[in-house]
Amino acid sequence: MGMQNCRKVYGETLVELGRENKRIVALDADLSKSTMTRLFEQEFPERFFEMGIGEQNMISTAVGLALSGKIAFANSFSVFSSGRPYDQIRVSVCIGKVNVKIIGSSCGISDFGDGATHQGIEDIAIMRAIPNMTVLSPVDGIETRKMVRAAAEYDGPVYIRINRNEVPDVSDENEEFKIGKPYVIREGKDVTVFAHGYMVFKALKAAEALEKEGTSLRVVNVSTLKPIDEEAVKELASTVKGIVTVEEHSIIGGLASAISFILRGQALPIDAVAIKDCFGQSALSYEQLLEHYGLTDSAIIEAVKKIL
Amino acid sequence: MSISDEKAAELEKIAKKLRYDIVLMIGAGKPGHLGGSCSIAEIVAVLYFHKMYHDPKKPKWSDRDRLLLSKGHAALTQYAALAECGYFDKKELGTLKELGTMLQGHPEMLRTPGIEANTGSLGQGLSMACGMAMAGKLDKKDYRVYCIVGDGEVAEGQIWEASMTAAFYKLDNLVAILDKNGVQATGPIVERYDTNPHPEKWKAFGWHVMEVDGHDVRQIADALDKADKVSGKPVMIVAHTVKGKGVPFAEGKADFHHGIMTQQQYETARALFEE
Repeated sequence: MGMQNCRKVYGETLVELGRENKRIVALDADLSKSTMTRLFEQEFPERFFEMGIGEQNMISTAVGLALSGKIAFANSFSVFSSGRPYDQIRVSVCIGKVNVKIIGSSCGISDFGDGATHQGIEDIAIMRAIPNMTVLSPVDGIETRKMVRAAAEYDGPVYIRINRNEVPDVSDENEEFKIGKPYVIREGKDVTVFAHGYMVFKALKAAEALEKEGTSLRVVNVSTLKPIDEEAVKELASTVKGIVTVEEHSIIGGLASAISFILRGQALPIDAVAIKDCFGQSALSYEQLLEHYGLTDSAIIEAVKKIL
Repeated sequence: MSISDEKAAELEKIAKKLRYDIVLMIGAGKPGHLGGSCSIAEIVAVLYFHKMYHDPKKPKWSDRDRLLLSKGHAALTQYAALAECGYFDKKELGTLKELGTMLQGHPEMLRTPGIEANTGSLGQGLSMACGMAMAGKLDKKDYRVYCIVGDGEVAEGQIWEASMTAAFYKLDNLVAILDKNGVQATGPIVERYDTNPHPEKWKAFGWHVMEVDGHDVRQIADALDKADKVSGKPVMIVAHTVKGKGVPFAEGKADFHHGIMTQQQYETARALFEE
């Protein structure tokens, strides 16, 4: 299984898009070395705009560029590109369905060293709440590449959260990415696990372990958090005994909320593996922090067993 | 360079007409942003009826000059001007704020032809204007971007973020006009939250600054013409205005930031502008 760094893939894909389409522009708030838009800046200095450390102004400026025909990618860490300019995204981007792409880099607790201030655990909740916003969370490098391209082709606001670290490739290189579609990564009949981002890999590990005990998990990559194909979710939930949602995000407002709302009234047991309404903190490694907040394959196994 | 007496008289007449429409749109017994709309009547009249290249039949013409009302609550003036230009039927003005209307309480670009962006959550318009000016430079187009900001609005930090962007990217195709009417929603700015001094602040932020009487169409037109010749810097025109200008009972009054005219006040105001 290959490993890729999604932000590097993002940076490279943006450069590819820049070569293909002169309308692509990028803005960053002094984090281009981390978000990897530096790659774009190096190749297209005239189409890259350093906006200083001012995310609100960056978002509204991106709107001005987009309203003049550009496809504007505005970049920062997920905390600073979703929460800080919330009202700018709401008013200047989303009410007018403006063609701005917002990148939430170093999402979730993937920026493990920097602590709670830099860990975006409620970005999906914030972005999902805004009408007209499309919310994406790529599972791996393969999907990141396809997703960034799909976002550029789509005419309207898109938020993409990007992991800071290397993650294993789990998705099918040959499958087309479509906004809104949940992807079955592994078939199974006992419990359906809906997950997004790096947590899909954890779910696959849980599925492997449970298989040895005779339990089979269906693992679904819900890489579009909004809009979600509700019929597809219902279908994927209809033949199993229960549901587990898994995400590197607050238990409030993300995938757990979305899936339990879609499946309301179905009398299906549902459990959620997520960050339990608390802030992150610093740790010396990503895995150590994931473990501290219970975002592990063993936590998924436990949740599955509770249901069965 | 000054505009002719004839042109000045025409623009003054248009400003009067815009105020008349503002009063009609608000009506009696309903709240409306009378004060901040009346203070920009001359500025908006000079922009749409003298200075800007635009085509009401092609609101999305890519070479058009753009006007963004960062102080979006003064939308009534822009609505009146757009209708007067022919962007939409004047009858629409009578539907202000009705359910389903194209004329929302604050400007919405997808609903109203001629509205460039969604503004009114204060502080955001100047940033959007910067983005448009940056795109103009990138595309080597010679359109100009105008943005009206309020002197209460500049308490929003984003205005100053945008002012740095405009200076850093040398947006000499951007002209901001400060509607310095001296009154915010809850009272005089100097008493409530003093954002002065304006020329000094904008100069320090790297702008070319001019000051005009914001109700003198000649001074406004001259400043806008001078702005065309400024190179390498964005231009700020500090326009000294009177909130509620032209409607004596509302002039300088915070109560008419978003006030209600009685039937009698409404009749009085109408009579002022009726031919």
